[in-house]
Amino acid sequence: MASNTLYSPRDPALKKRDDFEDILEERRSSSDLRYALRCYVPVVYKGIAPCKPGVLKTAVLQSDRLRHVVAEMSKETGESADVIREEASGILEEMAHRLRLGTVRFFAYSLSKAFKALFQRVRVNEDGIQRLQQSIQEHPVVLLPSHRSYMDFLIMSYILYTYDLSLPVIAAGMDFLGMKIVGEMLRMSGAFFIRRSFGGDKLYWAVFSEYVKTMLRNGYAPIEFFLEGTRSRTCKSLTPKLGLLNIVMEPFFKGEVFDVSLVPISISYERVLEEALYARELLGVPKPKESTSGLLKARKILSEDYGSIHVYFGHPVSLRSLAQGRINRSQYNLLPRHIPRRPSQETQAFVNETAYRLVRLQEENMVLRPWVLVAALLLQNPDGVDMERLVEQTSWLRGLAVSFGAFLDWPDYVSASKAVASSLALHTGLVRTEGGRAQLAMEPKEPGSPEEDLFDRAASVLSCASYRNQILHVFLRPALLGMAMQMAEASRKDDIYSCFSFLRDVFSNEFILCPGGTVQDFDEACYMLTKCAAVHVQKQEVVATEKGQRILSFLTSLFQPFLKGYQVGPAPFLELVDYPRELTCYEALSSDVQKNALAALLRMKVVRKLKV
Amino acid sequence: KKMAMVLTAIRGELVVIPVEWSWLTLSRVLFSRQEVMKWNGWGYSDSRFLFNKKGQAEFTGRRYRLSGMVLPSLKDWFESTFGASLQHKSPATATLNASAVPFPSLNEAFLQDLKSTGIPFSHEAEDRVFRAHGHCLHEIFALREGKFGRVPDLVVWPNCHEDVVKTVDLACRHNVCLIPYGGGTSVSSALECPPDETRCIVSLDTSQMSRILWIDEKNLTAHVEAGIVGQDLERLLNESGYCTGHEPDSMEFSSLGGWVATRASGMKKNVYGNIEDLVVHIKMVCPRGVVEKSCQGPRVSIGPDIHHFIMGSEGTLGVVTEVTIKIRPMPEYQKYGSVVFPNFEQGVACLREVAKQRCAPASIRLMDNAQFQFGHALKPQVSSIFTSFLDGLKKFYITKFKGFDPHHLCVATLLFEGDRERVLQHEKQVYDIAAKFGGLAAGEDNGQRGYMLTFVIAYLRDLGMDYYVIGESFETSVPWDRVLDLCRNVKERIVRECRERGVQFPPLATCRVTQTYDAGACVYFYFAFNYRGLADPVNIYGRVEHAAREEILANGGSLSHHHGVGKLRKHWMPESISDVGIGMLKSVKEYVDPDNIFGSRNLL
Repeated sequence: MASNTLYSPRDPALKKRDDFEDILEERRSSSDLRYALRCYVPVVYKGIAPCKPGVLKTAVLQSDRLRHVVAEMSKETGESADVIREEASGILEEMAHRLRLGTVRFFAYSLSKAFKALFQRVRVNEDGIQRLQQSIQEHPVVLLPSHRSYMDFLIMSYILYTYDLSLPVIAAGMDFLGMKIVGEMLRMSGAFFIRRSFGGDKLYWAVFSEYVKTMLRNGYAPIEFFLEGTRSRTCKSLTPKLGLLNIVMEPFFKGEVFDVSLVPISISYERVLEEALYARELLGVPKPKESTSGLLKARKILSEDYGSIHVYFGHPVSLRSLAQGRINRSQYNLLPRHIPRRPSQETQAFVNETAYRLVRLQEENMVLRPWVLVAALLLQNPDGVDMERLVEQTSWLRGLAVSFGAFLDWPDYVSASKAVASSLALHTGLVRTEGGRAQLAMEPKEPGSPEEDLFDRAASVLSCASYRNQILHVFLRPALLGMAMQMAEASRKDDIYSCFSFLRDVFSNEFILCPGGTVQDFDEACYMLTKCAAVHVQKQEVVATEKGQRILSFLTSLFQPFLKGYQVGPAPFLELVDYPRELTCYEALSSDVQKNALAALLRMKVVRKLKV
Repeated sequence: KKMAMVLTAIRGELVVIPVEWSWLTLSRVLFSRQEVMKWNGWGYSDSRFLFNKKGQAEFTGRRYRLSGMVLPSLKDWFESTFGASLQHKSPATATLNASAVPFPSLNEAFLQDLKSTGIPFSHEAEDRVFRAHGHCLHEIFALREGKFGRVPDLVVWPNCHEDVVKTVDLACRHNVCLIPYGGGTSVSSALECPPDETRCIVSLDTSQMSRILWIDEKNLTAHVEAGIVGQDLERLLNESGYCTGHEPDSMEFSSLGGWVATRASGMKKNVYGNIEDLVVHIKMVCPRGVVEKSCQGPRVSIGPDIHHFIMGSEGTLGVVTEVTIKIRPMPEYQKYGSVVFPNFEQGVACLREVAKQRCAPASIRLMDNAQFQFGHALKPQVSSIFTSFLDGLKKFYITKFKGFDPHHLCVATLLFEGDRERVLQHEKQVYDIAAKFGGLAAGEDNGQRGYMLTFVIAYLRDLGMDYYVIGESFETSVPWDRVLDLCRNVKERIVRECRERGVQFPPLATCRVTQTYDAGACVYFYFAFNYRGLADPVNIYGRVEHAAREEILANGGSLSHHHGVGKLRKHWMPESISDVGIGMLKSVKEYVDPDNIFGSRNLL
């Protein structure tokens, strides 16, 4: 099921990207209060049917879809329709946003203060903003930012407010409601809250989907949600969730709107606020519950330097163009449109493919700092590396990454040694530099029990890995090819392809690999490695070149931790106590790797789930 | 020529016929149509729009209410809507160059036998070219450029059913391809000769079969030859105090047989019904023989209705020769009306409610804002300061006092028919419903002008084509709940496609809801654009129309409400009626016409 839309053998290094502007610059030189109180007149969708949040709720409750579901449930359960309607109204009450400009202004003010304290710069591509402004007027817009931090949606709304764009309504997890006052304030700044799971609850699903669709159809406001569903603790993109994407596409499939613009947005942090928390979470320490007091305690992070944030608004993707030739919209002709039904297989495949495509677009425009390259190299050298050599390797890796299309924030006038030095300086907590050598900071500050030491060591490896992870998407396909060549131990293209396909299958929970895209990915990998002269692709064979050895061995060792993690499988803890210096294995401790590995094994039917 | 004229009324329009023809029906005149009708445009030769020396638009001739009038606002509307200019002309070839018409390839044996029957025929270039086309944009555009594709090799004029039987019989014997020709108003490429047809193509012109054979006042039916043209049928029936009430927009020229063959729909179907509701009996000559029912029972349960094989067969099965059609006493009273709505959505909601209460007047149509403005541009010069003052006052009342946005408001036009008292009662009922949807009564005059627009639109297209503007209309039918979505999406698709295909000026894309049914409505689109700067405008036009049709189908609309399929839309037939459905139609065709004598290749 190859789609020819995704992959075109263009040179990734030549990808044109927009320039950034720092929006904090102005904040540092003019009054935040005036900024928060300024006249705010956003451009709106041309077909907008203006309405207040209250009217919106009524529209949802009186929609044909909801009436249908209520009538059906009443018939099934014997419950009176009024009771079910009450229940629906309660769900909506709990869910709905109450966007108010006053609250937005409050956030505009306090976030200005907070951002200036936390970050050096918040950089935005203004061309992207202009494109977005255009799209907002033409068609309903869906904003799809990457999700690495709680900051993401605050940043988004802040930027849209700054540029006088309509404020989005944002799908947020119910957990936030646990925060007193803050939850309600988020609600008043445009968040609406959905339960994490409501699998079988028909009524909940109906209220939720109708609510989102009503806002979309009316062009009420841009709708924002996270394709990845939750914050990525590893800084790798997560397999996209399809529920909301399905919902926002349906009005187009059913002809209720002419088109929908899907806007992938990449938010990259030089240092994620939750950095330390994530590593602990990955090692099994439960996520602290969202609470207002927790938020207040977290104030101390205000005193640290989190570098820059880059927000890249990608090109709006027209759903109509994507669906052209893929979705036969007349399939909805024979059933009244308000009667819910399962999407056809072709639709599901389309939604899935689109989701992957969008996440890849997010990945592509993630800005990478030189530190990411350094972290990748340090993780490959557990015993430390000479500064000189590190600089040389970083410089080499920079060339490779750029030729593979990485979006590096490394201007030409900055020398490699300078870039490495400043990277190390910003991450002193993670690296130790002594006597001209750089090494991951592995030794605990104060020795504790072996388990505690192990925990600390693992935590710092995982923190470092979360930086390296940011660049994996650039190297993923060529690396899979490299590993496949190693695995196949032969140069026949067919053998290599089948190993490639197998590896791709194994790692499809771990990385963004769209089901059904094996052929394209293989071609893409061959193209990229051929371009940097690492392999020679012939009709029947793929051969590594002399020059390619360095590239291939770098690529394979870059992904070694995952290969190891999957080999070790469950319960690696004991082994590690015995071989604590085996660095790659620390990553096997990550609950994320374990979860993905287990999912892969289940999917590939290697193991079976037994209910205990 | 004597200037004495006979006046006859068609839908409120006065149509003038020279007195020396008054004993004839128009159909009879149509023996050599090119004498009264344009060979490369719409309608009568003497009636056309033009911009006079002062740059004002006027409509020539004396046939229509608008004839001889000056339309002061048309120029501004035309120039601002299309970005067109009177300086940039694209005139048509003035005369038909007979030497450019392909030489006829005649089947001599057929011709010999035909001569012996005494049925008139011709292979003059003019006669053949005239019957080689309908009125699709690409057909007229080619004529204006003096280009001719495959044209019929011969034209025959059978005079009665028996003549048709003889002609079809000869055609079968000599393997000649027959294409029936009625009024020539097709907009589906149905009359186009297949370019790769190697047999002799004979155009069978039914215009001489135009008599009313009998009128049965007890059962209120009339038995009529199928070649009769709409306006003649109405006029002749009117003389006896009756009418059919079937008034498609093309009724001046289209024929009864053509209506049957395409499943036509009339403006006043709410009172009289569409063609399928009107016919009681059909006689059709096929290669396999003559098909007809044995009685005139008003409804029968004798298997699938064979009339439904004939209606919509688009000339692929045979020639309809005689039809028994329902007639009604002429209505005592007619009244136009109009309602202004604040926006199209409200208007559609009102029409839906009217349909729900089953109280639709003889005709009810809702124009969108662009079409309302178009209609306004056709307002003739006002005769007195007083009228223009009144117009100003009305406009003030609606836009300022009632707060209607002139760029969103839209108008429904109404036509009531029946006895006076009931019309007035009916009128009140409809206006009461309209009021619930914010509608304001806007007078008879606006209503009447709305209907005039449909009447002269085809003449207006010829004017546009003189100034680099091409366009056409197309239609669909769609369930009520999807009317608004379909209208919006199709219009937007047109605009987007034009932009993507390099059309330099924004197109006119406008629609109206023209018929209401219990379960849905008929929607009619006008689409036109300025083609300056385009190398192949007709091709681009075709692609945009194709895209618009795809959009219609994707939004739950039908392939056609009444224009038919022809060759223009047959590409979508399998998805419209399923492969099994196609098989059903094919098997009928194979039995009725195994040698494909009726080889127009429409529909399938």
